[in-house]
Amino acid sequence: MSGRKIGNFVRLTASYIVLIALSIAALYPAVWILMASFRPGKSLYSKTLIPEQFTLAHYTELFTSPVYMFGTWYANTFKIALFSMLIGVVLTLLTSYAVSRFRFRARKTALSVVLILGMFPGFMSMIAIYLLLKEFNLLDTHIALILVYASGAPLMGTFIAKGYLDTIPRSLDEAARIDGASNFGIFTRVILPLSRPMITYMALTQFVGPWVDFIFARLILRTKENWTVAVGMWDMVNTITNSNFTLFSAGAVMISVPIMILFAFLQRLLVDGLTAGASKG
Amino acid sequence: MQRHRTRAAILSTIFMGLGQIYNRQFIKGLIFLAIEAVSVYYFIGNLGRAIWGITSLGDAASHFEKVKGISKLVPGDHSIYILIQSLITLLVLIVILMAWYLNIKDAYKIGVECEAGLQSNTFKQTIRYILDYKFAQSFLILPSIGILFFTVMPIFFMIMLAFTNYAAPNHLPPAKLVDWVGFETFRNLLVLKTWSHTFYGVLTWTIIWAVLSTVTTYFGGLLVALLVSQRGIRFKGMWRVILIVPYAVPQLISLLLMRNLFNGQFGPINQYLRYFGMGGLPWLTDPFWAKVTVIVVNMWVGIPVSMLLIMGVLTTIPRDMYEAAEVDGATAYQKFRIVTLPMILFSTAPTLIMQFAGNINNFNAIFLLTGGNPVNGDYQYAGSTDLLVTWLYKLTLDQNKNNMASAIGIIIFLIIASFSLYNYRRTKSFKEEDMIQ
Repeated sequence: MSGRKIGNFVRLTASYIVLIALSIAALYPAVWILMASFRPGKSLYSKTLIPEQFTLAHYTELFTSPVYMFGTWYANTFKIALFSMLIGVVLTLLTSYAVSRFRFRARKTALSVVLILGMFPGFMSMIAIYLLLKEFNLLDTHIALILVYASGAPLMGTFIAKGYLDTIPRSLDEAARIDGASNFGIFTRVILPLSRPMITYMALTQFVGPWVDFIFARLILRTKENWTVAVGMWDMVNTITNSNFTLFSAGAVMISVPIMILFAFLQRLLVDGLTAGASKG
Repeated sequence: MQRHRTRAAILSTIFMGLGQIYNRQFIKGLIFLAIEAVSVYYFIGNLGRAIWGITSLGDAASHFEKVKGISKLVPGDHSIYILIQSLITLLVLIVILMAWYLNIKDAYKIGVECEAGLQSNTFKQTIRYILDYKFAQSFLILPSIGILFFTVMPIFFMIMLAFTNYAAPNHLPPAKLVDWVGFETFRNLLVLKTWSHTFYGVLTWTIIWAVLSTVTTYFGGLLVALLVSQRGIRFKGMWRVILIVPYAVPQLISLLLMRNLFNGQFGPINQYLRYFGMGGLPWLTDPFWAKVTVIVVNMWVGIPVSMLLIMGVLTTIPRDMYEAAEVDGATAYQKFRIVTLPMILFSTAPTLIMQFAGNINNFNAIFLLTGGNPVNGDYQYAGSTDLLVTWLYKLTLDQNKNNMASAIGIIIFLIIASFSLYNYRRTKSFKEEDMIQ
């Protein structure tokens, strides 16, 4: 009996040690960049993890300096993220509702097409989209970016959303239909309220996209006033990191914090979202 | 009696909407008429040019001409603009042809109803009919248009590019024209020594990377999940939240940060190594170590997702399976091997395959961390850690070898499509989706 107890004790102690080591590895980079953003000076090098004195100078520089229009970028990104989220979620819901609830002739084909199109590397279409936007004089506008993000949303989200909608019992639709609801009525009164977790998940993932995408954004947005934070950060890294690492850290913290807060809300939904599309049965 | 339907169909074939009007559906007929009028007007201006454009890709490049003794730049045909304009016109043509087909079918169908002596639907009734019975199709129109122009059209365009010679330095518009060259690009990529050496080198590393990164993150996630959910471990929620932090930090930030942490000269990691008396390692500058670094960093980024997923599965494994195993005298290891592992593998297999496919295309991990570097002198514009995707990106944006990039894109697509389709066909949710309810 006591041998078993000792074995158990050893096992737990070892596990705790490994867990602590893993936690340090998981947290260290985040803590390090947070600390770097408060560190006076500009260099990447520091003697200690925790700076000897704290300063907010880098944050004020980000928002006041004429070179880094971080405030403008922030507002731009927020605007783009909000609109592409709204349009993208509506489009995804329309698509997934149609393929989940109705049986029509081209349905399986439509599903396969969505799946296959989603597999093309996104920036294979970069040049074409660039030229297309140029045709319509949309280069360097935020509408262009919103259009690109929103129209891409159904490709990414349809399968997950469909997986979720499939789990809503169809008897509910039928009950509503007997009560005289139209298709549209069923969609707004039955499906939408029941899929709120799914919508939250989709909305948040769609919202986060523009904050971190620098590839399309960099291609489309040419003038500095129109940039998003991701493009700004990318530019900052390419031009000044080595000379002004602490400023980069401050910017990084400013981008990460809102997203991490969203993730904290998202945690539960995330698991559902990850598994909903994948492991049905 | 047959004649009414035939006449309606023929009238609609001649000009959209005529058949509907003949069927006494005036509003619908007028809408179709208007569509046809607009599209005829559009195609008169554009269709000829589109067909000329897509076959010839332009006749004359920009060139200088002597006008009264002074040479003057005459703007010529820009092959790539012509290609995309033609493509847009042809897509619009396809949409209109579909509308035309629908219109003929509709005229015929209503004609049949008329012959049977039925009153044809009023406009209001038609709308109701669509909302009740053609709801899904009409719901899908809006997303389809978005997808058609922002995904399908670009893909067609890129596929076409792979069959042209659109590349620096000799075929860049507007100074030069671009021509169709058939399969020459693919032949160069796969057979011509200078390109094929790079291609096979990068392809090999892409596959090694995809296998290693998928395996390490998956089993890493599995181990961590098992560690946390062991019996007797306290504060499970807290460990979970801490370990999920790397996933919550946006990749753009975390990977750029890692690039600095692993910096050979000033990075803190080498700083610590030196502090403990060990020499620093060339984390990102040596071809071998750079590969190690990207895999390690990818573990840091990827393990939390697998952990979350597997933790979710662990809670769904029924307790009585373990009890049954205990009754049979299974040890902890046997319980893991016979109950836990198969259950997890079974329900995460589709995700695993998708992760593998995703890693083949893992642009961020490579591009943000190493940028494909260190440079490899033997390669054409690729570095030692470049994946096919990042190589494609470089070829397009930095080198303007657009045809080569498109060919690579098509090959990547073929690889990924075969995995995903296999996966998708396999999953029960596709085969038996109507049986869930």
